[in-house]
Amino acid sequence: MKIHEYQGKEILKKFNVAVPVGKVAFSVDEAVCAAESIGGNVWVVKAQIHAGGRGKGGGVKLARSIDEVRDRASEILGIRLVTHQTGPEGRIVKRLLIEQGMNIARELYVGITLDRARSQNVVMVSTEGGVEIEKVAADTPEKILKEYVHPGVGLQQFQARKLCFGLGLTGDAFKNGVKFLTALYRAYEATDASLAEINPLVLTQDGEVIALDAKMNFDDNALYRHPDIVAMRDLDEEDPLEVEASQSNLNYIKLDGNVGCMVNGAGLAMATMDIIKLAGGMPANFLDVGGGASAETVEAGFRIILKDPHVKAVLINIFGGIVRCDRVANGVVQAARNVNINVPIVIRLAGTNADLAADILKNSGLSFLVAESLKDAAEKVTKAIAA
Amino acid sequence: MSILVDNNTRLVVQGITGGEGTFHTKQMLEYGTNVVAGVTPGKGGTLYRGNEKDQFPRPVPVYNTVAEAVAKEQANVSVIFVPAAFAADAIMEAADAEVKLVVTITEGIPAADMVKVYEYLKVKNVRMIGPNCPGIITPGQAKVGIMPGFIHTPGRVGVISRSGTLTYEAVWQLTERGIGQSTCIGIGGDPVIGTRFIDAVKLFNEDPDTDAIMMIGEIGGTAEEEAAEYIKKHVKKPVVGFIAGQTAPPGRRMGHAGAIISGGKGTAAEKFAAMREAGIHVVESPALLGETMERVLKAQKRTSPLKKSKSAKRGGAKSVLQKAVAKKSSKKVTTRKRIGKKGKKR
Repeated sequence: MKIHEYQGKEILKKFNVAVPVGKVAFSVDEAVCAAESIGGNVWVVKAQIHAGGRGKGGGVKLARSIDEVRDRASEILGIRLVTHQTGPEGRIVKRLLIEQGMNIARELYVGITLDRARSQNVVMVSTEGGVEIEKVAADTPEKILKEYVHPGVGLQQFQARKLCFGLGLTGDAFKNGVKFLTALYRAYEATDASLAEINPLVLTQDGEVIALDAKMNFDDNALYRHPDIVAMRDLDEEDPLEVEASQSNLNYIKLDGNVGCMVNGAGLAMATMDIIKLAGGMPANFLDVGGGASAETVEAGFRIILKDPHVKAVLINIFGGIVRCDRVANGVVQAARNVNINVPIVIRLAGTNADLAADILKNSGLSFLVAESLKDAAEKVTKAIAA
Repeated sequence: MSILVDNNTRLVVQGITGGEGTFHTKQMLEYGTNVVAGVTPGKGGTLYRGNEKDQFPRPVPVYNTVAEAVAKEQANVSVIFVPAAFAADAIMEAADAEVKLVVTITEGIPAADMVKVYEYLKVKNVRMIGPNCPGIITPGQAKVGIMPGFIHTPGRVGVISRSGTLTYEAVWQLTERGIGQSTCIGIGGDPVIGTRFIDAVKLFNEDPDTDAIMMIGEIGGTAEEEAAEYIKKHVKKPVVGFIAGQTAPPGRRMGHAGAIISGGKGTAAEKFAAMREAGIHVVESPALLGETMERVLKAQKRTSPLKKSKSAKRGGAKSVLQKAVAKKSSKKVTTRKRIGKKGKKR
């Protein structure tokens, strides 16, 4: 699960991670109020969307007076912000973060995440802050320093020191850096985060080490033990069809192709999307209806897929193992009668009672294109989208 | 033959009295798996016969702890159907009781829990398969997991996969062509798993009764690349490989927690390239998994260094079929054996 920058900073603050003084604003007036209560004479107005690259996209602006805060806030609030992470459709800015301005001496990077190859958490720092870290990793991997965290004991002080020496921090800045990393790791662990990325991590001219930005993602599997984080979910940042699907317990991801698909199991769903592409189409979605594939889930799946106006055909691919295909076929027929379907439906059911299932589909009076195998299904999809 | 589970497997089911545990224990018993015990804390000392919906073909003794199941029933493999919030604890209990293998079916275990479990298993030197996986099956001998038994047939191809139903698809394509499997392992779709591709590949490579390996990966992580590197250096047996998720967009979790392209890493294209580089027979369409394996096995027979090359060629082409037939009959034998054993126990 993703949250906004300001929410990430609220969490970090609770763990004594140094963050700038700031306030969230939902309107221009609130932005002005926030700036007044923060005080000082320089503020930063930051668009809050669930995507990076906001600065380049024009979503982060400096203000040197309260009037400027008002102007910048009204410029940013409500715009459709397009960054390299939002896709061409962009995101509407509905929330702003107003923060105190900083005297920045250096921009650094720190990120904590799970290293899958080692099955351990890793703390990464770099002197190259404020730029895309993927680019640093690709071009100058030696500029990224890593410390792996032993799961039994957590991040040790010597490791934090090593990283801060590596960043070239000295004196107060060094002490603040060690404190910062220690606190950040504690926040990462305590919240079941899957990513805590501070880019840039800034060193101020007074030797303070502060999180200028904060990106926190959380492990969906662990959300059950963090109701406070679940409460931070912003449905405006998610695709409405995906939200609807999640309410029906369907695992749906909207894509921009022309062939919808409905599959049981995540791996087979991805493989089915691949089949669609090889057949000359593009998948309109990922949809895993789960192992059971009951009539209710199939019907909910149909409704969601067909709401996407780009869908020209639908491919249903169910491997009946424990679940019997004839049952799934009955579900599909029932669902198809309840939903107004105006595109060709290719169905491939394999496994237990697949023959019975094929008969049910063929005798249903509905115009399903029944495929014998995955290969056959791909060919039928090709024909369906060409027609 | 097989790797990790076989006729000598003595299985304990953790979470046997839960809905999932009951249903799948019944399925495993019916397949002929030697389920020797169940564990549900607080229900120890009873004989469990299943529930109203799923009745077992024979009762299974339930214990309070895995340690008791090991002491009294010599359980050597554990399968876990415990809910996600309690699964980490259950895995560590099994490891502490010194079973050889823990198969964790449970889906949705927090990654932070698994990081700790992974370390614990390393110290205890216990192998785990999963979590979030269909389990492991040695056709005709032992089914430890939730896969449909009937799609498998005994034979000499080892199958390794990160997913559930996609594995069934692959296995079915093999079985339909008369190509049997030595063992099929679903290693699971999570970021932290006990047995990775490389580990399973090593085991199949060392198994004298596995002739070829099918490896079905997914986007996300670098485990497929790691295995490809190993295959390039050490594996002489032919490997057929596929990666699901060629059309998946970056930054989105495709169902499995581990199936996510992040920071430009873990794309299908990278994985396919690594597999090609390692000499793996790459399949771009999941519809061609069985076909490709059939072709590879035939080619292997043709090129295998035998004394009389001409007759070897002919014999080779036939032998796939012959083997399939032979395996089918051997399945019957094992089934009979199983029934015999059960009879003795009663």
